[in-house]
Amino acid sequence: MAKLIQTEEETLLSEAARGFLSKFAPVSRLREMRDAGECNDPELWQEMAAAGWAGVLVPEAAEGSDMGHAAAHVLAREMGRNLTVSPFLSTAVMAATLLRQFRDETSMGKLKQIASGALTYAMAIDESAKHSPERVELIAEKRGNGYVINGKKRFVVDGCEADRILVLAKSNDGLCLFDLPNKSKGISQEPLAMIDSRDAADMVFDDVEVSGEALLGEVGAGYALLKPALEAGQAALAAETTGLAEAAFDLTTDYLKERKQFGITIGSFQALQHRAAHLWCEIELTQSAVLNAGRILDESPDQATLAVSVAKARATDTAQKSVQEGVQMHGGIGMTDAFDMGFYMKRARVAAEWLGDYGYHAGQVAQLRGF
Amino acid sequence: MAGVRRSKVMGEVDAGRDYAEFRREVRDWLEANCPPEMRDGAAGEDSICWGGTSWTFTCAAQKTWLDRCVERGFTVPTWPRAYGGAGLSRDEDKILKEEMQAIGARSPLDSFGIWMLGPALLKFGSEEQKLHFLPPIARGEIRWCQGYSEPGAGSDLAGVQTHAADQGDTWLVNGQKIWTSYADRADWIFALLRTDREAKKHLGISFVLMDMRSPGITTRPIQLISGASPFCETFFENVEVPKTQVVGTINRGWDVAKYLLTHEREMISNGGNVMGSGRALGAVLSDSDTGQSDPVLRGDAMRAEVDSLALEMTLERYKDQAEGGQGVGDASAMLKYMGTELNKQRLELIMAADGADGLTWGESAASSWLRTKANSIEGGTSEVMLSIISRRILNLPG
Repeated sequence: MAKLIQTEEETLLSEAARGFLSKFAPVSRLREMRDAGECNDPELWQEMAAAGWAGVLVPEAAEGSDMGHAAAHVLAREMGRNLTVSPFLSTAVMAATLLRQFRDETSMGKLKQIASGALTYAMAIDESAKHSPERVELIAEKRGNGYVINGKKRFVVDGCEADRILVLAKSNDGLCLFDLPNKSKGISQEPLAMIDSRDAADMVFDDVEVSGEALLGEVGAGYALLKPALEAGQAALAAETTGLAEAAFDLTTDYLKERKQFGITIGSFQALQHRAAHLWCEIELTQSAVLNAGRILDESPDQATLAVSVAKARATDTAQKSVQEGVQMHGGIGMTDAFDMGFYMKRARVAAEWLGDYGYHAGQVAQLRGF
Repeated sequence: MAGVRRSKVMGEVDAGRDYAEFRREVRDWLEANCPPEMRDGAAGEDSICWGGTSWTFTCAAQKTWLDRCVERGFTVPTWPRAYGGAGLSRDEDKILKEEMQAIGARSPLDSFGIWMLGPALLKFGSEEQKLHFLPPIARGEIRWCQGYSEPGAGSDLAGVQTHAADQGDTWLVNGQKIWTSYADRADWIFALLRTDREAKKHLGISFVLMDMRSPGITTRPIQLISGASPFCETFFENVEVPKTQVVGTINRGWDVAKYLLTHEREMISNGGNVMGSGRALGAVLSDSDTGQSDPVLRGDAMRAEVDSLALEMTLERYKDQAEGGQGVGDASAMLKYMGTELNKQRLELIMAADGADGLTWGESAASSWLRTKANSIEGGTSEVMLSIISRRILNLPG
């Protein structure tokens, strides 16, 4: 297996991403958008597409940069550090991973549009408050050559603004995956006022009529098709969350070195030093898990479940610890809206739930490890 | 860690096609030379071959296996041939370890000489010292112990007071060491001695090698809560030591000590000889009624498993870093801290899963469980590790 250290290209990519994001999408940009009531930044996405980010997992045959999962993680991690808002995970990671399983003209056309920034996607998977991708009640009923879809989806990230949605539905012959225009007749999006100020929606499907061409792959193969996309998304989200944890930790250690109480910097108190040192250890372990997941996804994606779940579980846990310790060690100022720590905390909570929380992924690990 | 292998978690290690021939060679050699009795995969305290003049082989096969490995330099594969090693690269060493593991081969020889003194001598020793001391370590002839801690110098290790008075060509040593692992069975000791009482405490220490048969050295085993007595008190009363037995510069022994400690910490976090029962948590839980039915225990064990896997990936990552020329350095404090805390937790979980079955001496995990409690104390406490990280990595004040 490739080594668990960043390659030279990955280091260059992360430096480039850092420069790009500090210019176009730092934390202050999220604050601006939040204050303006916006949760999408289409111009930024065009810039990212121009830089090859939107096509990071799109094959070269479809004009993507096809840099692979580890590279996608480098980008996601930097976005996590900056709390950057973009459809990167839904579109560039999950939809691209899903669609590239097909090599037909239609799919290649969509991939091409993803890479160019012309097409965004949302994943309409979950139906309850917890990630449970195989628990599907949304019904797709065969009618003529097509289907009629009825039911509900919850917590569809990027669900308001995405051009298309990938929908997992139940048919008489097992789970099916549909690729639909988001604005199809009969689909209504209810925007959610998310704590992390991002785009998410609950969706109602009311007699949505779709043609047979909207079905991806075989009837009954819906979950098998979806799984690699979900795992790619989970790993990239773990990378983003790790970046978030690092940035919150950096804010905290800077503050420990600067804030004075009792006439000395609070970072000289052992009670705080040991907590900070412990957190650093947690972040180190999580970084290893993310690196490992990227390598496995690039080398043997069909064996990635364990590596991905370790990464997502660890990243979820580490980010929560980092933001909680961050607020506590900052004291009162950490509670103010004027200070950025709150943004990190809110994003960490949303990222914890999306695509499976700690319990979901630890459960996957336990199952694979013979518990 | 025992029972958890990279092949399952992280895909096969493949050092590249160039090594195919080396792998085949090693495989053939192991097939021809590793006695069947030495292929049971045992790695516990009872199966270790420590070597040394007082060593009694547990069986003829243990001796045969050692002899054959010594001949090939496989007791210390990465050491240069001149010092008894096989001169293998890290990649070759990895292949050797994989092939040994594939047939469940025991380690032919383990010792503090190999794990700790050897690396320190390779870095700080004179050529004469290397030629004199390293080959007997490689051959398992001389068993070493570590004279670091003292009753008044535990976490504050640089506060050692055992004194070496300058007598021209020799030192006259007086004082006491404690927690000297297996001092009662060791042939030689490497110790930190105070050679300058006037200098600042880190700058008056020398790293000195002493023959345990020297007149004036006595040892007394300390019985531990696990019932075992792996540690001793070691007393020095007017012990004469030639000055040629100082490693590195006089009064700069702290540099040697620190370097050796990073090896010791990596060794402990890597499993070393002190990690206790190698049973995997998954197997423990699925074998026990409690493990199946207790949701709280299962939850705790799941968390421990996630963390163990992440630690294992980190060990792998750090090894990759070390190969790429980026040393692990102070981060070994992290490995030591996380590794030992996780190991303690693992044995707590095993004890909980075993219930009343774990409460008797003998076959149970009880003595391993008790032994692990020392993991986060020996080689630098968890708290010392956190302070190292805080100061040297995070640059927090004080």
